[in-house]
Amino acid sequence: MSTIALNTSSAVGKAAAGNAEAPVRIAVRDLNFYYGDFRSLKDISLDFYDRQVTALIGPSGCGKSTLLRTFNRIYSLYPEQRADGEILLDGQNVLSSSIDVNELRARVGMVFQKPTPFPMTIYDNIAFGIKLYERLPKSELDGRVEEALRKAALWDEAKDKLRQSGMSLSGGQQQRLCIARTIAQKPEVILLDEPTSALDPISTGKIEELIEQLRSEFTIVIVTHNMQQAARISQFTAFMYLGEVVEFGPTTKMFMNPTKKQTQDYITGRFG
Amino acid sequence: MVALSQERLVTSADAPARRSPPPSFDRFFRLASLASALLVLIVLLGIIGSMIYGGIPAFREFGFGFVTSTVWNVNEDQYGAWVAIVGTLTTALIALVIGVPLSLGIAIFLTQLCPPWLKRPVATTIELLAAVPSIIYGMWGLFVFAPLFANYVQIPVSNIVEGMPIVGTILYARTPSGVGILTAGIILAIMIIPFIASIARDILDQIPSVLRESAYGIGCTTWEVVRNVLLPQAGVSIIGAVMLGLGRALGETMAVTFVVGNANRLSGSLFDPGSTIASRIANEFNEAIGLQLNALMALGCILFLVTFTVLVLARLLVSRVKVG
Repeated sequence: MSTIALNTSSAVGKAAAGNAEAPVRIAVRDLNFYYGDFRSLKDISLDFYDRQVTALIGPSGCGKSTLLRTFNRIYSLYPEQRADGEILLDGQNVLSSSIDVNELRARVGMVFQKPTPFPMTIYDNIAFGIKLYERLPKSELDGRVEEALRKAALWDEAKDKLRQSGMSLSGGQQQRLCIARTIAQKPEVILLDEPTSALDPISTGKIEELIEQLRSEFTIVIVTHNMQQAARISQFTAFMYLGEVVEFGPTTKMFMNPTKKQTQDYITGRFG
Repeated sequence: MVALSQERLVTSADAPARRSPPPSFDRFFRLASLASALLVLIVLLGIIGSMIYGGIPAFREFGFGFVTSTVWNVNEDQYGAWVAIVGTLTTALIALVIGVPLSLGIAIFLTQLCPPWLKRPVATTIELLAAVPSIIYGMWGLFVFAPLFANYVQIPVSNIVEGMPIVGTILYARTPSGVGILTAGIILAIMIIPFIASIARDILDQIPSVLRESAYGIGCTTWEVVRNVLLPQAGVSIIGAVMLGLGRALGETMAVTFVVGNANRLSGSLFDPGSTIASRIANEFNEAIGLQLNALMALGCILFLVTFTVLVLARLLVSRVKVG
């Protein structure tokens, strides 16, 4: 095997082993997705386990971000995009028209490729999301903001400038602010769409550490192009190619002993 | 192949070097383009200069009182600008109050809510609205809008509010003719909508879609996304767009002259006729002589100063669009 494979396998050793005993939080069944006439997801069926990190890997255009974007129905902002099939979150189909999408998005938080602080103060960036769904007295709101910033490992850096604009933070800090904003709403699931692709290695390391900690509370799904990252932080990995799931399993097995040749080729950097 | 390239080599070696034009040509070219650019500046300075020169006798005669006096009496050669200034500001303010919400509504609809097939027709209609000559707005305002406005708004509203405090003054028409300050403001609103709407649309379009997605991503409704994230992100640029509209409203002449009523009277009622600086100049300039002409020039100076300031501020604000 190549050196890349050796590196990844040593990285896998550090990640906690996947716990297949954990209950299923999200069950995807026969999911198809269309951009206009183009079918970009083909009969996806996949389980995501409670309080585990699942990584979606695969070459660009394989549909991993698309899959992520169905879980909170953010795709529905674009009229030409549609999905059919079932995505069961705690047994409830999120694709059903009876679902309140705004409430769904508070339950299924999302962090994007680039940091997207809102044009308001650091405090308000977090308080804004909470206030959408809960009416809290000021003191309690302060507590929630602090709690979220602490969990996002940003409190020490931000506590003295809560009244400054979110834009005044560095890129890595902004991304942690976005994570804080998401967890402040106490979601069940956190979706991370290549959250470190715009960050430097040190900020990336901090975000990865953070994901490790958040796993105890949230079910996390992360899209990443970085094999090492998937190996380091996830318990389960799904390898996707051309809109299909080629292989899914515990990360350790996926990286050490994949069943499919395609998976092995991609992980060892032979294509993609 | 070999033969060909060799042949080419030979010819190029034999041929004289490209004859470059004499250096004087390039110098001439540079001067010519510099002159074209300077010409605009000279014309602008010339206009400002002659306006000030023409207005000085009026400023000297009446002093600062020219700005604050409400008298405009051609027979007694007494002139004051206050009524026209108030008329200009009031009509422009009404235009903004009506036009800005509508323009922002259009821009938000086009960028956030509009189904793709409807985008082009709506955007084109808005642009066509900007291409309508102002005399057309004036004619339509005077012959179509004003009579309807008198019958269906001025008369019923006056009947209702008569005798009431405050609104009984502001919205009472002594002579419900349909023309007046409010009518001019409404026509101006229609005229500035395409400007504000299309600039605001461009500004909203420049905001990265990932910001919008993350706002929806925490469970915001469309209203919350627009109100709390998109508009603050667009920030001062939107104010710049509004000021560009204001600049247009302040200086608009033809349409306003048709529908403002052209009365030199300071009235508490928006239904009453009044005049603006531009309409006053348009009405009197033809027959003006002596001090009256100087007074009109001085009015022009004031208008120029106000619109120039507004436009410079607007440009500064619009150019500060935050893209990141």
